Order: sequence, then C-alpha cells, then structure tokens
Amino acid sequence: MSEREVMEYDVIVVGAGPAGLACAMHLKQLNEALNVCVIEKAAEVGAHILSGAVIEPQALDDLLPGWRDHPPPICVPAEKDEFWLLSKTGRKRLPNPPQMNNHGNFIMSLGALCAWLAPQAEALGVDIFPGYAAADIRYTDTGAVGGVIIGDMGVAKDGSRKATYVEGIEIHAPVTVLAEGCRGHLSKRLIQRFELDKDCDPQTYGIGIKELWRVETGKARPGLIQHSIGWPLDRQTYGGSFIYHLDKDRVALGFITALDYRDARLSPFEAFQQFKHHPSIRPLLEGGEILSSGARAVVEGGYQSLPKTEMPGALLIGDAAGTLNVPKIKGTHQAVRGGMLAAAHLAQSLSSEGFDRKLRRSPVVAELKKVRNIRPGFNKGLWAGLRTAVIETVTGGRLPRTLSNHADHRMLKKLDDYSPPDRDWVERELPPRDRLASVYFAATDHEEDQPVHLKVADTDICISQCTEEYGNPCTRFCPAGVYEMVEDQSGRNLQINAANCVHCKTCDIKDPYQIIDWVTPEGGSGPNYQNL
Amino acid sequence: MKILVGIKRVVDYNVRIRVKPDGSGVDTDGVKMSINPFDEIALEEALRIKEAGKAEEVIVVSIGGDECQQQLRTGLAMGADRAIQIQTDQALQPLAAAKALLKIVQQEQPGLVLLGKQAIDDDNNQTGQMLAALWGRPQATFASQVVLEDGTATVTREVDAGLETIAVDLPAVVTSDLRLNEPRFVKLPEIMKAKRKPLDVQPLADLGIESGHQLSVTRHAPPAQRARGVMVESAAELVSELKNRGLL
Ligand SMILES: Cc1cc2nc3c(=O)[nH]c(=O)nc-3n(C[C@H](O)[C@H](O)[C@H](O)COP(=O)(O)OP(=O)(O)OC[C@H]3O[C@@H](n4cnc5c(N)ncnc54)[C@H](O)[C@@H]3O)c2cc1C
Ligand code: SF4
Repeated sequence: MSEREVMEYDVIVVGAGPAGLACAMHLKQLNEALNVCVIEKAAEVGAHILSGAVIEPQALDDLLPGWRDHPPPICVPAEKDEFWLLSKTGRKRLPNPPQMNNHGNFIMSLGALCAWLAPQAEALGVDIFPGYAAADIRYTDTGAVGGVIIGDMGVAKDGSRKATYVEGIEIHAPVTVLAEGCRGHLSKRLIQRFELDKDCDPQTYGIGIKELWRVETGKARPGLIQHSIGWPLDRQTYGGSFIYHLDKDRVALGFITALDYRDARLSPFEAFQQFKHHPSIRPLLEGGEILSSGARAVVEGGYQSLPKTEMPGALLIGDAAGTLNVPKIKGTHQAVRGGMLAAAHLAQSLSSEGFDRKLRRSPVVAELKKVRNIRPGFNKGLWAGLRTAVIETVTGGRLPRTLSNHADHRMLKKLDDYSPPDRDWVERELPPRDRLASVYFAATDHEEDQPVHLKVADTDICISQCTEEYGNPCTRFCPAGVYEMVEDQSGRNLQINAANCVHCKTCDIKDPYQIIDWVTPEGGSGPNYQNL
Repeated sequence: MKILVGIKRVVDYNVRIRVKPDGSGVDTDGVKMSINPFDEIALEEALRIKEAGKAEEVIVVSIGGDECQQQLRTGLAMGADRAIQIQTDQALQPLAAAKALLKIVQQEQPGLVLLGKQAIDDDNNQTGQMLAALWGRPQATFASQVVLEDGTATVTREVDAGLETIAVDLPAVVTSDLRLNEPRFVKLPEIMKAKRKPLDVQPLADLGIESGHQLSVTRHAPPAQRARGVMVESAAELVSELKNRGLL
C-alpha cells in the first residue's frame, strides 16, 4: 500500500456535535496558536445530529457569552412542562419529576444549533472538515493513539477502486479527541483496545426515533414540553415519549425505547408509530405533515457505566464517553461542559494524562452521580422504577448504594423463553406507512456502489441459530429497515440494505450475538437531517 | 487559454423539496445546499481540459449572496484557480444572469465558457444559450463529450433523437449534460489550499446590471398527493372496487 498523505494538527476532534465543537472552540479561545481540526462524517455539520432537544443553556453561556443576543435559528423558551402516564385509551397527569422542570431552558434543534456553531468555530480559526469520516485510528510506535485515518473515497462494493478513487489521508496529532456521540465506532474500538471499561458496568442504551411535524395552524403551543411513559410499552420495558412544541406551527416528537428490552419481537419503530395514534396525541398530528425524521441511539448507562475517558494520545468526551443525564434525557449541556473541560486540560499540556481525574471531580460527573440509581431502578419494572426515582430524588442520590447496569444485548430473551405481552396495538393511519416511507424523510443517501458498512461477521448465525433463537430481531430493531431476511433460489439469506442506514447504531448495540460492526461508510453519506 | 465555469448554489438533489405553506416559494430553512450537479460536471470537464494541458487557468464564477462563497470554495478545492462572486441578494432570472456573466466574460476573455445545461432548482435551461447570443459566440448545449483542437471544440450533444456531434469555433459556450463525466472527490488538503486561493467579490450593481424580472412567479404548489391505496384480497374484490369508483 502506498504511503498516505499526512496533515499535522495539535488536536484532532472527531465529530462536530456539541461536545466536539465546544472542545475545538474553547481550545482556540484559550490558545489561538493551537492548530485544531474537526472531522465530521456528515456532508454538512448538523446533518447527522438528532436530538430532542430541550437544552440547559448555562453551558452555552460559558462557551459563548452573549449568544442569547444572537440565538440559533430554532430557539423557543420553555414555557410549561407536562408529564403523563398513558394507557391505551386514556391518560393521567403525573406530578412533574424535578429533573423535568425546564424553567429557564430552551427548545432547540441540536442539528441547527451545531450548524450555527460551525461558522463561529471557523471564525475562531478551527478547520472543520464535513464530509469526511474518521475511518480508523493511527497508532504511534509506542502504541499510543497518534491521529486518525480518513476513509477512502470511490471504492466499489467489491473493494476495487473506481475511476474516482481517492485515498484517505492520515491526520497526525499529539492528541485525538473522540467526540463521536453515542456508540462511536472508533470510540468502541479504543474502549476495547485500552480496556477503558474494565472497572465500570457495561454501557446501556436506548433508541430514540423522532419526527419533526408541521401541524395545522394553531395546534402547536410554542414552549410546551410534554413527556409520557406507559403505553404502548409494557411495564417491563423502559421508555417514553417527548413532544416539544416549537414556533411556526412545528412540533418535534419522538419516542425512546431502552435497548435492554427483553422481547425479541418488539419493534421500537412500531412502538413510536403506535404512540402517535394515542387518542390524546393523534388530533395534534392529523392534517399536518412530516418535515423530517430519523433515529439515533441514546447513551443511558450514566455514572456506573462511565469508562475511563483518557488513554495514551486520546480522550473521550460527550456521549462517546457517556455523560448524558438519563432522568433528564439531556446530554447537550454535559457534552458542552465536558468538551470545554477537555479543552482547558489540553490547552495546558497537549497530553491526555490526568483528564479522567479532572472529569470525575467536575460538575459533569457530580450531576451523573446524583441520579445514578434512577434509570437502573426501572430494571424491575415501571412501578418499582418510579418508586426508586422518588427515593433517589428526595435523597439527592446520597444513599450509599449504586444499582448496576447490564449489557443490553444480553437482556434479549429467546423466543421460547418469553411470552410477549398482548400489545393490542391499533391500526395505523398517520404517515409514514412503514420504515421505508420514514427513511424518505431522513433524506438518507449512500452511494450504492461502495462496500457495505454494516459488517456482519458470520451470516450463517443469522440464517440458522438466530432465526431459531430470536427470530432475527435485526429485522425489527433497525428503524430504517436495513436488515431483511429474503428467500431466493440459494435459500434464506440476510439482505443488508445499507443505503437506507441512518447511522443510529442500534444494530451494533442490540444484536444478541454481537456480530454486527457498524463502520463509517464513504464520507458525506448518511442521513441529511433537517432541523432534528 | 482561460476557462470560465459558472456554478450556482442550489438545494441539494437529495433534499425533499417542500413548498412553503403560503405558496411563496420553496422552503430552504435548514436545507442542505450544494453546487448545481450539472455545474459540478462542467467544472470537472474544465479541470480535465486544464490537466490535459489545453488550458492554463480555470475560473469559477457564481451569482448570489455571500453564502455562495461556500460553493465557490468547494470549486476551488476541486481545483479551480480562482473565484469570482457576483454579489447580489436577489435571485436572478436567466436573462439577468446571462448579462452578468457576460460582464465577467468581457473582463476575463476566456477561450471557453462551461456551464451546466440547467440548474436543478428552476430547471430553466436558458442561461447558457442567452449568454452565447449576447456574446455573439457559438454555443454547444447538452454536451456528453468535449474535444478541443486547433481553436475548435468538437462536442457530442445529447438530443432527443440520440447523439449529435457538432464543431464550434472557440471562444464558445458549452453546457454540460449528465453523462459528460463523473466529478472527482475533493482531497482533504485541497480544502486548506482552497482557503488561500483568490476570491474576488464584485457587487452586481457595480457591473451595471439590474436584477429586474421579466417573468413574475404567481404561486408555488406541491404536486397533488396520491390517495391512499386499498389492498384487495381477490380478483372479484378488485372488480367491485373498480366498479365502485366508476372505473369499470
Ligand atoms: C431522541 C433523543 C432526544 C434527546 N433529547 C435531548 C434533550 O432534549 N436535551 C439534551 O440536552 N439532550 C438530548 N439528547 C441527547 C443529546 O442529543 C446528546 O447528548 C448530544 O447530542 C451529545 O453530543 P455529542 O457531541 O457527544 O455527540 P453527537 O451529538 O452525537 O455528535 C457526534 C457527531 O460526530 C459525528 N461522527 C461520529 N463518528 C464519526 C467519525 N468516525 N468520523 C467523523 N464524524 C463522526 C457524527 O456524525 C455527529 O455529527 C437526546 C438524544 C436523542 C437521541
Ligand atoms: S443499520 Fe444499524 S445503524 Fe443503520 S439504521 Fe439500522 S440499526 Fe441504525
């Protein structure tokens, strides 16, 4: 293989989400002379970002004093919180959990926020490279992380080089900051290689599916924040909905299903669509239209699952580390604070050493510690969970106990060992009809003639063992319908419609045999989210 | 020889076009914008001609607000030598665009002007033809192959009946069709180099061009929605459904 072209930087940031952008910007704020670049796999900054998002603004105040005078394009002050328990046909208002008190917060589109931050980062002198995926890690002679390797472009499905082939370059730097968000694929490799998770619980996740709607005039109530638990999920499955009312008749709504669910027959996509048909929700959407939709995994492990966040030559920040506060379902302020903390650390020494200790002594981890038992409290079901939540909230997390987390993929039950609850789901009428119709609103685009970026280590397992044991749950948990079992002359086979992938990472997480590895496709491919 | 390439900033071809609720235009809020794909092909062709030693300089020109500098920088990163922005906040119609481009043609005296056959936003397919007429030079539209030799361009054109090959004297205007070439990927270091290449901004008013419109758009509307389908179980049911709708 030829020597790759090399570029040098002082710090490389992988991922232009809130964590990566905050880190890069703050580095330049602290020391203008540092050379900092940000690599982003989306064609444009923000196009792969999907969030709620009700955002706590204090971290933004720290990063950009004065931002309130020039707010990002979607920014609606929180007005009112509602928390509901749904049954199939009714609903009951619950007292607002204090974590869900959003007074002083803003409803934003995180994608739009990042797209708005990017030019400000560039004005500070950060080089941002959207449309390029950090495909691999470059190691130094001593085995430390020494930078990243950008993915090649113009490779055909069979691995051969097309006429447009361009070899990806290497970028070298003393420190690489992984800000890939939840289940980052390089972060995953590094966590394994440096055994960063050997002293913590396994990480846990949820899958969030979201749609942005334009509803009939007058139906949206800007600033209203609604959350629900209960139907359509059963009591054993953790999850719930959010509806955030924006301006201009727009409403952002979504549903998060925890990926430690047991029922191999469950489809989180279908659960979301069912939720939309609840008698209290459906009238809001009727007569409206979907503007954009997508899905993204959420990191839920919190305090007890936080891996070591430093290794030789690299740091993990934001959701790549797992700093999201689950009871609040807020990770943006944590990502920004963590990114700034990393910048302050690196501005001193350009070395990763000592960052983990600083992070654990910071407000970022203090916030996680306080709420550490709330999410695992729900492992015993909805009522036990609500009870734990009350106790932990009242005591401020000071009880001397820490409940533990279990790897999501181990929680799936074999078909024979589990009798699914009667879901009693309704006939649907609101769009999208199915996952394909939904992918259309994600505007996802992958060049068809490129290697499949979902690496399934052994498809024999899919055809035989998995079919028998779990009934191929990938065909249900993928929100984009990427995995299909098809029958032709050669028999039953797994078909991977990689072009539909929206980069949510659910398959990498939930596959019970852990044989699916999500890798970066050609830079610039993937969803083109609009204001998600 | 210099080659002048026009590039327009348009809504990316992957984006679902949505009409604003009040029918006043297309919603571009938070929408991905790109170089018009036909213009990208035109630029690729210009770069290949230069790389083959048949031109010395490739200049990209765009008409628009400062946002279009993003597309000009992409053009520079692909390999253009310098860029010109004709600055205006108005969306120009083809005749005004052609007049503005003519001013740049007069300044730069290119041997070849390469444009996309049309922009995918309004699909007018007029600017190239109008520019050639105003300039008083030949045109070769819908090019799927361009060969330059001894002051002529031999251009294969995609026409309804198939392919047509014509030879035009240079300087001329050539507009590209889809099959002319496949544009290159930009190598990351080229983005850094592009930042240092010259980008000249010329306000439209300074060129003495008025952005006035000859055409007025009265309304935008999305195509009618298809009604929901019905699944039928049998041929008999199909027949009765068709009869119900008065189709049989
Ligand atoms: C459904 C849902 C609702 C949420 N609601 C809220 C909320 O209301 N409030 C709140 O504060 N938080 C919310 N969150 C959480 C919040 O979105 C995350 O905490 C936040 O996005 C984390 O930021 P990050 O920068 O760590 O990662 P991300 O925002 O995920 O950004 C990572 C970026 O890195 C890029 N990237 C990844 N890998 C590579 C690679 N190898 N090469 C190049 N680029 C790469 C990605 O394309 C992406 O742009 C929600 C999340 C979800 C999924
Ligand atoms: S293939 Fe995997 S990463 Fe892609 S959309 Fe499906 S579950 Fe998500």
